[in-house]
Parts: sequence; structure tokens; C-alpha cells
Amino acid sequence: MVTAMIEVKGLRKAFGDHVVLDGIDLSVPSGAIFALIGPNGAGKTTLIHILSTLVAPDSGSVRVAGHDVITDKEGVKQSISLTGQFAAVDEVLTAEENLRMMGRLCGLTAAEARRRAIELLASFDLTAAAHKRVKTYSGGMRRRLDLALSLVVTRPILFLDEPTTGLDTQSRRALWNDIRQLAAKGVTVFLTTQYLEEADQLADAIAVIAGGRVVAQGTADELKSRVGGDVVELRDENDEIIREVPTGSSIREVKMTIDELVRAAPEGSRVNIRRPSMEDVFVALTTKELEESAI
Amino acid sequence: MNSLIKPAKSASFASTNAVFIGRSIRHSVRNTEALVMAIALPIMLMLLFTYVFGGAIQPGGHYVNYVVPGIILLCAGFGSSSTAVDVAGDMTNGIIDRFRTMPISSMSVIVGHVIASLVRNLVATAVVIGVALLVGFRTTAGIMEWLAAVGVITLFILTFTWLYAAIGLVAGSPSAASGYGFALLFLPYLSSAFVPTDTMPTWLRGVADNQPITPVIETIRGLLTGTPISDVAWWAVGWCMLILVGSYIWASWAFNRKAGRR
Repeated sequence: MVTAMIEVKGLRKAFGDHVVLDGIDLSVPSGAIFALIGPNGAGKTTLIHILSTLVAPDSGSVRVAGHDVITDKEGVKQSISLTGQFAAVDEVLTAEENLRMMGRLCGLTAAEARRRAIELLASFDLTAAAHKRVKTYSGGMRRRLDLALSLVVTRPILFLDEPTTGLDTQSRRALWNDIRQLAAKGVTVFLTTQYLEEADQLADAIAVIAGGRVVAQGTADELKSRVGGDVVELRDENDEIIREVPTGSSIREVKMTIDELVRAAPEGSRVNIRRPSMEDVFVALTTKELEESAI
Repeated sequence: MNSLIKPAKSASFASTNAVFIGRSIRHSVRNTEALVMAIALPIMLMLLFTYVFGGAIQPGGHYVNYVVPGIILLCAGFGSSSTAVDVAGDMTNGIIDRFRTMPISSMSVIVGHVIASLVRNLVATAVVIGVALLVGFRTTAGIMEWLAAVGVITLFILTFTWLYAAIGLVAGSPSAASGYGFALLFLPYLSSAFVPTDTMPTWLRGVADNQPITPVIETIRGLLTGTPISDVAWWAVGWCMLILVGSYIWASWAFNRKAGRR
């Protein structure tokens, strides 16, 4: 049975005169990994804050796990865990103490909390540093502890605000694996990211927001096909890209594009035809929106 | 949906408070500089007022008997002021967002800081009294007077800690909280803590006699050294209750308002 775990209709939020969210509609099915992408300041964090009851919406209907975020905050809180943009860890305590504190707050007994802390320290590769104060941790270690804290008990929905910002490639891939495993267990994951590759690799569904509105929503492939056909790259003899030209996918359109490039192409250059990347999608969708809002 | 994943139970109100009190006490113990200061300052002040200023203020000696209640309150005020910094630090760190999105009483974070401050300051008070006895403080108090004095001191610490907690909640940053908190620390000097108010100019005496610290000091002084108390005890308790309730309401309001804004 597929039901919507997160249902947002006509959501608006302004801070003073500054309109951050201008009529958002979203639906996230149960057990999905949902990625929200958009330029800086597009309102991604505000949306997560509204979904997690930290900020009240101005208007619109927002239901999380079937609970209204205004009239049934407690119901929402019982169904979610949040990992915010800044590592929400207690720097004075050790990793183990952080985890045990969270366990106790989640209603575990002292013994259960201790056992769970040991498990999580092991699975997030923090056992060696378990008894050091978090103050001394690297950015990657903090982030791993941060995520571990969100997983002390498994709630139906996990919010991750830019979970891999500041992580090296290896830690990022490890985190992606953790997220996939959670989704496989049935957790609905709602994440924001600046990395388009992350959305492409990880998410079952992606929403692009710009200018306070959802400008596109769908799977990575759906979004790519919305941008149209292929991209013709012109590369010089050192394989550096000189130009990228989006075009249709018919042979005629591709040929016309190449004919045009031939005139400008320097000696020794060559072409490469590829499917559009998430980056092409992102640029196409967000610049279109910015141009429209500028009119 | 997987049967393992269901809306989880959460901690009871009592255990939430216990967890946060434990957390704040750990913070207090690990903040070595603040802890050393909280213990060393009372000792330094006691020695300073007894041996440096005491001779000039009261040439006959026994100034120590006059000044002990003042030093107790000065130290309690100083000790409580770090609550503003602790609270402001928590509010500017992402951890508060995590607590707020959990099905627990998130205001208990503040309760934890308040109770830790109370424990810290009662220890500091014990140190003050210990040092006072060593440098010649003589008390007339029996067991009942001691209990009453500890009760008044506890109420005073709670009151000022909640006031500082509210200041920490409205301050934008820990350093701003520390600055606002500092202003309050002048209050004990404008009271009967160090000299009788009838030695002050008339206008200042009006301020000193009618501010909350003076009745608290006179009450403690009366309980410990047998000076007349009369109705100042009621003023002391009344002032403290008024500020305590006001600060608690202010802190709750500020805590909830921050939730809506961020």
C-alpha cells in the first residue's frame, strides 16, 4: 500500500515582506527517498522547519504522517526525526553520552540506551572515539554522530537538511548507503541537497524549488527528459569542454547542431553527444524560473 | 509498513527533566574555568572584604559578621549569571532544534540549566560559609535559623537563575548574554550588603532600601547573626516570588517565541 507520508498543499510562508515559500505542493509516498533541490535561499530549510514543526506555516495544509503540523504537533513529533543543517550534537559530552542521552529522551531504559549507543557507535565507525568529547571531532565525525543521534529509535520519517555538506567523498558514499538501508526498512527519507549527483543517485523522487515554488517534480529520468533531448559537447584537443549545446534527440536536430558547431570549431576539436545531467536540468529549470520572476 | 517502525514512545516528563539536569551538571563539572571561578571568587571576596576593606569600614573589627550575608548573595548572583551564557549557547546551537522536534517537554533543557546552577551555587555558598567560619565569622543561629537561611538563599538563587535564563533566551548570542547579565551584578553593591544604608546619601539610600536585595540580605543577616528581622523577611520572600514568577513567564514566552521565528 502506497500512502502519502508527507502531503503539502498551497503552503505559503513569509518572514516580514520576504516571501520564502509561495504556494508549495508536494506529496511524498511512504518509504521513498525524496530529495529537494534548489539554489541557496530557495526556501529548502524553511520547508524542512515547517514539516518538522519548528516554524508555523502562514497558510496551506501540511500533513506529516497523517498529522497536521499546526493542530497536532505532538503527533508529528512522534513520527519524525530531524538532522538539521548544523551538526546538532552536544560538544561538551562524548559521543557515547550524546547517544545515551538521546536514548533516554526517546523513552529507552538506561540499559537499553547504553546497548543502543554501543551498536550505533560501531555502525557509524565511532567506537574508537566514543569516549572523547565531541569538541575534538572532525566535521565528518560530527556529521556521522549527528545522523546516529537521529537513528537511536527508528521513526517513520527522517528529515535530513544537507546531510553530506562538508563530507569527503568516502563519507558521503557511506552515508548514501546508510540512507538506502533505512529506506529499504521502510523509513521515508526527506532530504535537501546542493549536490545534484546526490539527488540523482539516491532519490526515488526529486522536487526542484526556485523562487518559493516547486518548478518540477518527478524521478531523475523524468526530470531529465523534461529538459528535452541530448546535449552536444564540443571539446578541444586536450578534451576540455569549449561549448555545451542542448538539443533535441532526433538525428536531424543533432546533425543541425553539429553543423553549426563545425563553423566555430577549432582545429583538432571533437564532439560528444550525451544525455542531459541533473546539472543541465537544474540550470534549465531554475534559470527559467528566475527569468520569469524577473519579468 | 515495517512493524519495527512505529511512532515511538518517549520519555516521561520526570525522566526528561532528569536527563537534562544530568546533562547540565556534566556541563558544569567539565567547564573547569567557570567551576574554579565559582569556588575561588567567594574565597577571594571574603578575604578581600575581611582583611583589606574591613578595617577601614569597621575599625573595631568584626566586619566579617556584617559582610557574610552580602558575600553569599554576591557570589550567588555571580554564579547564577553563567546560566545566561549556557542557555544562550544552547539556543544558538542546532541541538535545540533536535530537542524541539522530539515529543518531549523541550523547555526542560532550561530546567536542567536552572537546577545545575542551583546545585553549583549551593556548593559555592557552603564554601563561603566554611571560609567565613575560618576567618572569624560567629553565628547565633540554631538549627531552625540555619534551615530558614538556607531556604532563603535557595529561593534567591532560583529567582536569579530564572532571571538569567530569561536573559539568555532573549540575548542573541552567549557573549551578549554575558554582557546583559553583568549589569545585574551591581545590584548587591547598591544595597545593605557591604555598608548600612544610613551611611549613604539620601537619594541613594532610597534606592538601596527599596530594591529586592536589601530585604534578602537583612533576612539572612538576622537569621545568622541575630539582628532584628521584623517584616523584612516577608519583603524578601515577596520580592523573590515576584521576580521568580515574572522571570519564569518571561523565559517561557521567549522560549516559545524563538520556536516560531527560527
